[in-house]
Amino acid sequence: MNLATNLYHAGAEVFLLTMVCVILIADLFVAGRGKMFTYMMVQLTLLGCSFITVATHTDGVAIVFSNMYVDDLMSDVLKLLAYLAVSMMLVYSRTYLLTRGLFSGEFMSLALFALLGMMVMISASHFLTLYLGLELLSLSLYAMVALQRDSAVATEAAMKYFILGALASGLLLYGMSMIYGATGSLEIYKISDAIEQGVYNKQLLVFGLVFVVSGLAFKLGAVPFHMWVPDVYHGAPTPMTLLIGSAPKLAAFAFVMRILVEALQPLAIQWSSMLAIMAILSIAIGNLSAIAQTNIKRMFAYSTIAHMGYLLLGVLSGTIEGYSSAMFYAVTYVLMTLGGFGMIMLMSREGFEADNLSDYKGLNQRSPWLAFMMLLLMFSMAGVPPTVGFYAKFSVLQAVVQTGHFALAIIAVLFSLVGAFFYLRVVKLMYFDTPESHEPIQYQADTSLLITFNGLGVLFLGILPGTLMSICAVSVQQSLLLH
Amino acid sequence: MNVESLVFYVFAALMIFAGLRVITARNPVHSAMFLVLAFCSASGIWMLLEAEFLSITLVLVYVGAVMVLFLFVVMMLDINLDQLREGFWRWFPFGAALALVMVGEMVYVLGNRKTAATEGLVRHAADYSNIKELGRLIYTDYVYPFEIAAVVLLVAMVAAIALTLRRRIGVKSQNPGKQVLVKKADRLRIVPVAAEKSGSDRAA
Repeated sequence: MNLATNLYHAGAEVFLLTMVCVILIADLFVAGRGKMFTYMMVQLTLLGCSFITVATHTDGVAIVFSNMYVDDLMSDVLKLLAYLAVSMMLVYSRTYLLTRGLFSGEFMSLALFALLGMMVMISASHFLTLYLGLELLSLSLYAMVALQRDSAVATEAAMKYFILGALASGLLLYGMSMIYGATGSLEIYKISDAIEQGVYNKQLLVFGLVFVVSGLAFKLGAVPFHMWVPDVYHGAPTPMTLLIGSAPKLAAFAFVMRILVEALQPLAIQWSSMLAIMAILSIAIGNLSAIAQTNIKRMFAYSTIAHMGYLLLGVLSGTIEGYSSAMFYAVTYVLMTLGGFGMIMLMSREGFEADNLSDYKGLNQRSPWLAFMMLLLMFSMAGVPPTVGFYAKFSVLQAVVQTGHFALAIIAVLFSLVGAFFYLRVVKLMYFDTPESHEPIQYQADTSLLITFNGLGVLFLGILPGTLMSICAVSVQQSLLLH
Repeated sequence: MNVESLVFYVFAALMIFAGLRVITARNPVHSAMFLVLAFCSASGIWMLLEAEFLSITLVLVYVGAVMVLFLFVVMMLDINLDQLREGFWRWFPFGAALALVMVGEMVYVLGNRKTAATEGLVRHAADYSNIKELGRLIYTDYVYPFEIAAVVLLVAMVAAIALTLRRRIGVKSQNPGKQVLVKKADRLRIVPVAAEKSGSDRAA
């Protein structure tokens, strides 16, 4: 493969990196009000990336850069969704950041660097690129959480995130080095070939697998490696929480797929039982702890832990239906999270954070449309039909039942009923309680348009999930069978 | 046991000892010095593996540059270790028990089976160049991860500047550029003063 072919497949990454460097420099020359210029440039960059990703799409699986970069349908779909998520995050958080003096060029360029890290992770086919992508993503996120220097809570959250993230990276690297020792390769396809041909040291491989799974669980925030999630979600400024909670989950899904499914498929018996324990614990602890929260950001954090449990349920079933339903779950989770945190930022204003549950009391009287959108999002997170959350949970459970794990499915359903309580409590607060304040909610036209798009999207995808579901199924199938 | 493995064990034992002292030494300056020792022993092990370039880079970059900077920082900060170690002994039994369980499990998995002895390393010819091979790999097969590593460093730079640069308002400072550009007309005002009439007027 010559350089031109390599660069053709990685066109979106190259374009993004070039544009980030341009934005970094251009931002220095536009002062004060000119931040809108930077913002528009960032949005245009994201648009350009999506055009390039669509234009350079090739059928089948292309592996370039000496087997370090893979370009398949799954990576293209996940990247497009990641662009969308980052772009929506910027729209939601613009006003919020402007009123708090955090709307800087650094914020936007770090967000783009984080996106670059996700893209590297999504199309990595080598442990080295997987790890480097992860570090690029994490490093940008640590810095973004710490950007609000005057807030003690944010600094504490950044510190916790950094230390636990470093620990998780250590575990992951140790596991990877063990797998390298056992199979003699860091390339994902060579590892799976070595295992299939039986040229490997099984003891060492399973030993490494334990560390890799622990590292992955840390990054996903699955129990028992979840303790950082509530603190970071709560402490970080809301736009950063939104960024941490949304697009990186797509990258994490790709990460799990590349390591566990594409490289270590023959060890499925071992890892699926590890994932089963983590999935059930995550669903149980996430849903139960969320009930006790009075802060909505903390509540969403525990709900994330539970959602990651459902995602793992899809992966552990070990079938193509299971993987595609996990991918569908990741996509819908990102859509719901964007809406949920977007609503928090919409309700906040200068000097006021709408992050307590009581701030949502009587929202229906203050703004019926916003309340309706929040209702749709909450129904979707709880899994109430006809929203997309119902279909996502349903397809994951269907995959689990098909492989005969009835006990897992029953426990998951029971705890999702428990979880419905705290989502519906928000709905009750909005519709049946009297508001505590009658301050008008100020928002920009683009934000309200986006929340409408977001809420109705959740409803629309719930009524017609077929297209997205088949895209997920085809992309998972292609990347698994054609290498 | 030949000389080579003897040297290896000496370096390895030295490294483990130094590593332990890094976390147990009471004085942070001593910890930093033990870290230097650990790096030196690691570079010795690399030298044994015939990775001369990496070995020398480790000494030059880590010992020569990074650790010196580190020592400066440690000496400048007034760290109160007793405050840091507060509660250490309260949590020690819990942590030690957890560590023992982990080590036990790892020994159980890896220790009780004889792993196949690995074949000895293939020796390279005397004129084999480490640097050349590294350079070739970095700019051919590993160019993609190499570039990403560069981006990671760029992010570190952007983040460090974004987190530490504070534009203070109301600080009085000189701008040499503007000072140089000053013209005579900006600073010097010639006031026409009428000549004095006589000494007797002043007295009045």
